[in-house]
Amino acid sequence: MATSALDQQRAHAAAGHAEPTGLLSWLTTVDHKRIGILYGSTAFFFFLVGGIEAILLRIQLGSPNNTFLSPETYNQLFTMHGTTMIFLAIMPLSAMFFNFMIPLQIGARDVAFPRLNAFSYWVFLAGGLFLNSGFLFGAAPDQGWYGYANLTSLQYSPGLNVDFWMFGLQILGIASLAAAVNFFVTILNMRAPGMTLMRMPMFTWMSFITQVLLLLAFPVITVALILLMFDRFFGTHFFVPAGGGDPLLWQHMFWIFGHPEVYILVLPGFGIVSEVLPVFSRKPLFGYAAMVFSGAFIAFLGFGVWSHHMFTTGMGPIADTFFSLTTMLIAVPTGVKIFNWLGTVWGGSIQYRVPMYFALAFIAMFIIGGLSGVMHSSPPADLQQNDSYFIVAHFHYVLFGGSIFALTAGGYYWWPKMFGRMLDETLGKVHFWLMLIGFNLTFFPMHILGLNGMPRRVYTYPEGLGFETLNRLETVGSLILALSFLVFVINIIKTWRGPRNAPADPWNGATLEWSIPSPPQEWNFAEVPVVHGRDPLWEAKRERGGPLPEPPRVSGQGIHLPHPSYWPLVAALGVAGVMVGVMAEPKVGPWGIMAGGLILFIGVFNWAFEPAG
Amino acid sequence: MSDHAHAAAQHLETSTGLDSRKLAIWTFIGSECLFFATLISNYLVHKQTWLTGPGPFPHEEWVSPAGQHFEPIIEIPLVTLGTALLLFSSLFVVLALANAQRGNRNGLLLWLGMTIMCGLFFVGMQVYEFTHFVHKGLTLKTNLFGASFFTLTGFHGTHVTLGVIWLITLWIEAVRGRIPPAKSLNLEIAALYWHFVDVVWIVIFPVVYLIK
Amino acid sequence: MDAHAPPTPAAHEPEHPSAVVYVKIGVVLFVLTALEVGLYEFTYGGHAGAGGAALQPFFVPVLLLMSAAKFALVAMFYMHLKQDNRLFTGVFVFPLIIATVIILALIVLEAYHFAFARSG
Repeated sequence: MATSALDQQRAHAAAGHAEPTGLLSWLTTVDHKRIGILYGSTAFFFFLVGGIEAILLRIQLGSPNNTFLSPETYNQLFTMHGTTMIFLAIMPLSAMFFNFMIPLQIGARDVAFPRLNAFSYWVFLAGGLFLNSGFLFGAAPDQGWYGYANLTSLQYSPGLNVDFWMFGLQILGIASLAAAVNFFVTILNMRAPGMTLMRMPMFTWMSFITQVLLLLAFPVITVALILLMFDRFFGTHFFVPAGGGDPLLWQHMFWIFGHPEVYILVLPGFGIVSEVLPVFSRKPLFGYAAMVFSGAFIAFLGFGVWSHHMFTTGMGPIADTFFSLTTMLIAVPTGVKIFNWLGTVWGGSIQYRVPMYFALAFIAMFIIGGLSGVMHSSPPADLQQNDSYFIVAHFHYVLFGGSIFALTAGGYYWWPKMFGRMLDETLGKVHFWLMLIGFNLTFFPMHILGLNGMPRRVYTYPEGLGFETLNRLETVGSLILALSFLVFVINIIKTWRGPRNAPADPWNGATLEWSIPSPPQEWNFAEVPVVHGRDPLWEAKRERGGPLPEPPRVSGQGIHLPHPSYWPLVAALGVAGVMVGVMAEPKVGPWGIMAGGLILFIGVFNWAFEPAG
Repeated sequence: MSDHAHAAAQHLETSTGLDSRKLAIWTFIGSECLFFATLISNYLVHKQTWLTGPGPFPHEEWVSPAGQHFEPIIEIPLVTLGTALLLFSSLFVVLALANAQRGNRNGLLLWLGMTIMCGLFFVGMQVYEFTHFVHKGLTLKTNLFGASFFTLTGFHGTHVTLGVIWLITLWIEAVRGRIPPAKSLNLEIAALYWHFVDVVWIVIFPVVYLIK
Repeated sequence: MDAHAPPTPAAHEPEHPSAVVYVKIGVVLFVLTALEVGLYEFTYGGHAGAGGAALQPFFVPVLLLMSAAKFALVAMFYMHLKQDNRLFTGVFVFPLIIATVIILALIVLEAYHFAFARSG
């Protein structure tokens, strides 16, 4: 009987042979590590795209009355910059670490639902491509990443721009929800024996809380986007005042999603920093329980602060006061975390390696971002700050100074585990200093510009208002930032050419991922570990009285792994097909929707009835 | 570990002792609570203002400036019947599951079949109601009641339809003898989804049909 | 089997209610629905009288209480939450709390908006 390439792969996997290579193996993979690499490389690509968009914006803003970009192009670029960085860069970079590291940290062989995991990636890729395909039509989204009504109504945005944004986000939402279910169940159900919840690594804990936020917040924006779609496609008036609707309802719904979303963006980074600081201080995390509970409290309270994005909409004194209080309150658990990070480093034996540089800088940058955030929490102050560059400064300090610095720390920290090679320390330090200097040069002056009255979302500004010098400085800063990432890419290329010989535990780590070879074999653990406390690897080294021997690579015979499958990819194509059909012209569209739906149905059906992996 | 032992041991070796697929469907249901909460919020928010015409409206008469008279559009009896049948369908699916767990294939087929019938009737009732409303002049575009009503109940109806398809697939599997007691979890998961869809209707029914 | 310490032993499948209990709950659900509709007819229906008018301020709370009872019965008995591991209850109830908060908050915020903030 003829065997397909897929059957041969399955036979390989079952017999414990070396990992298959080639395009088909990547298209059909259900291995969390490969899916993590797929997420990471795609996300890094989109991060560079978003970065180029930012550079173009900065060039335009570098001089007053500039004509480098038209207003329409500017609107598309700042919308796509924000949307890309949030949904196509930070979230999937976090997903890279969720995928690669969570199973390793909890001592599992894979996630709970490997095919659902693959599905999430392919749908994410489809969403990213869909969102950016607007550029091909000269109609990239241009309404801001928050899509305020009723700018997004058919009356004021008759083109395709908003539609690309609407449907692109819906596709991405499906990917995020599927992944959130997967990791929620994985973390609860697949922990190694002895790993109670309060013994989990902090990255896994913060990621767990992030999944809960994803599960609760994304349905809200799904509905908001559906209502917007109905307004634009079916003539309803949910957000259109002329028909009795309320544009402000969009803002409420969007920010009920949007505020938890920013915690989705930063909590994984908190988790990463909580891993790096202890390892490079040679000291356990200070106040583990407080870190867990403060993270959970931030997430819970994050659902009660959303209207602080709406202080300027005239909600009235009672609403303003309520949300002001909750916003101030949320600073408390955040402060607890910062003090605990400082307490971790205090008295430690600090190892000044690149991951630690980024983690320490994270603390400083996030404090600055957090302080400006608390300043916004006062409605009268926010009346001045809102819609000005002061806000732009705030969110870049927490999202770049916070999330990106933390993710970069994670990148350098976990690079050897993922790819079997160490990144170059010297180039890493050059990257760090250029990034730190470039970042602060770009975004610190925005505080001043904002308080001096420069509004947001403007494609240019006139002379004589005192904005020129600082804008010029910020543009220079952004170029230094770009240079820093060039250094990072050079570092990757340079070390990639070297041998794949990184040790299992280059940093003297505390958690389970450092107990297996770098990169791990397909099944992760030759024997499922048994855990007796937090920081299991430090405990093992203490008992042994010294470093652990390099773990051997074994044959993997008899270890059962889930089979590769192409049905997740097929189902993802179906989802994409439906959305493309919805966007397409009336003659073609319905056929696209039906075709996409059929492909989706076939994909899901076969997936459900595939022989158990 | 051999395939056989792995399969048998798989759903027992979890940290919580609970089956991962069952945990997953509950997680999904939790997420869906927020989906329907947002749709219901949308309905209730717009309820405060939609009497800024044109009609028709659910419980209120409305006369247009031109003198056109719109009767209240909601008709309780049919919807009540649909509601009752949806409730009974939850009972039937629980009985089906009990039969599946006991290995009684005939009981499983009977009660699961009854569940599907009730689900189909409910969808049919909704389709009838929608077309009836359209004939009476209420569409998505007419007013905010129409927009909110059709969106909320339409998405609920879509969930019911997907649930019916899922249950029909399982019924066919049961006919082929592929739902022995060891595989009753497959039905339990579908049943949990089905109950959730019923529970959402338990909220929608009074909010939309009974509260003015 | 692998030579490693097993994790928590499989949760013993809890005893499910008998078919009779399920049917009884079904009857209660039906009765509650009939009461809901009956309450509506009594308060606002075509033949509503003085009693109905007196009941109007209590209509919504009583109605919602009856719906909540139906909700709880289906969740606890048909969805087996009462007998199953409490984790399932937590996974269901926590989002419900957030959902309720959001519904109430939006009603309140938008009510204020419509009452005071709209111009004309």
